[in-house]
Amino acid sequence: MANNFSVFDISGRAMSAQLVRLSTSASNLANAGSVATNKADAFRALKPVFKTIGGEQGTATVGVTQVVASQTEPTQRHDPNNPLADKDGNVWEAGVDSAAELVEMMETSRQYQNNVQVLQTAKSLTLDTLRLEK
Amino acid sequence: MADDPLFGVHGNALALRSQRMAMLASNIANAATPNYKAKDFDFQKALAAASADNTSGDTGASLDSAVDGATGYRVPLQASLDGNTVELSTEQTLFAENAVQYRATLSFLQGRIGTVMTALKGE
Repeated sequence: MANNFSVFDISGRAMSAQLVRLSTSASNLANAGSVATNKADAFRALKPVFKTIGGEQGTATVGVTQVVASQTEPTQRHDPNNPLADKDGNVWEAGVDSAAELVEMMETSRQYQNNVQVLQTAKSLTLDTLRLEK
Repeated sequence: MADDPLFGVHGNALALRSQRMAMLASNIANAATPNYKAKDFDFQKALAAASADNTSGDTGASLDSAVDGATGYRVPLQASLDGNTVELSTEQTLFAENAVQYRATLSFLQGRIGTVMTALKGE
């Protein structure tokens, strides 16, 4: 693989990957607390899988290879008044850890910001280099 | 380029600073990737190698081999569970430092170019 990544490629793709991560967190939080009649139908948190995409000269960017359902099990709750309750009066609540998702969201936004900062620095240095002869 | 009497080592230095910027940007980009190992190169060693190896005439190739020879993996201060060795504080500090040094090299070049421009204009 003979890719030669510039700083713009590296940070730009990393930002896209972090955006996918933010979207999955958003959909997990949106589905937190949703219930289903049986365990198989209950929502499970989605997690992106990050993978390094290697370039030349020690450069590497990052991409999302797939989005997988997490191992967090849906929780069973006794709620006979719920219209979705099964014959025993139980519902299955989505397997989403809201606190963990909020932490994930904060980490994602910090890392997105870091990449924006890198891009801004690279842009200003490139522009200064272009203006060198003036 | 290194033998250039006008620009001295600054041509090589600028190219190496730019390569190091890409390498540090890669580390920051992969801050959340499991098993990613942060890389960096020793600027002084790479510049010395690039300046010594200027007889071939192919500046790009000698710069590439100089970077390869000086590249290594970063030793993390504290290992993380997922095998990732990026420590954002370290990477961001080095990125900022490298950016300032790039700008310093630019101002050296600017100075040299300004001198030549003044001589050419004869004002």
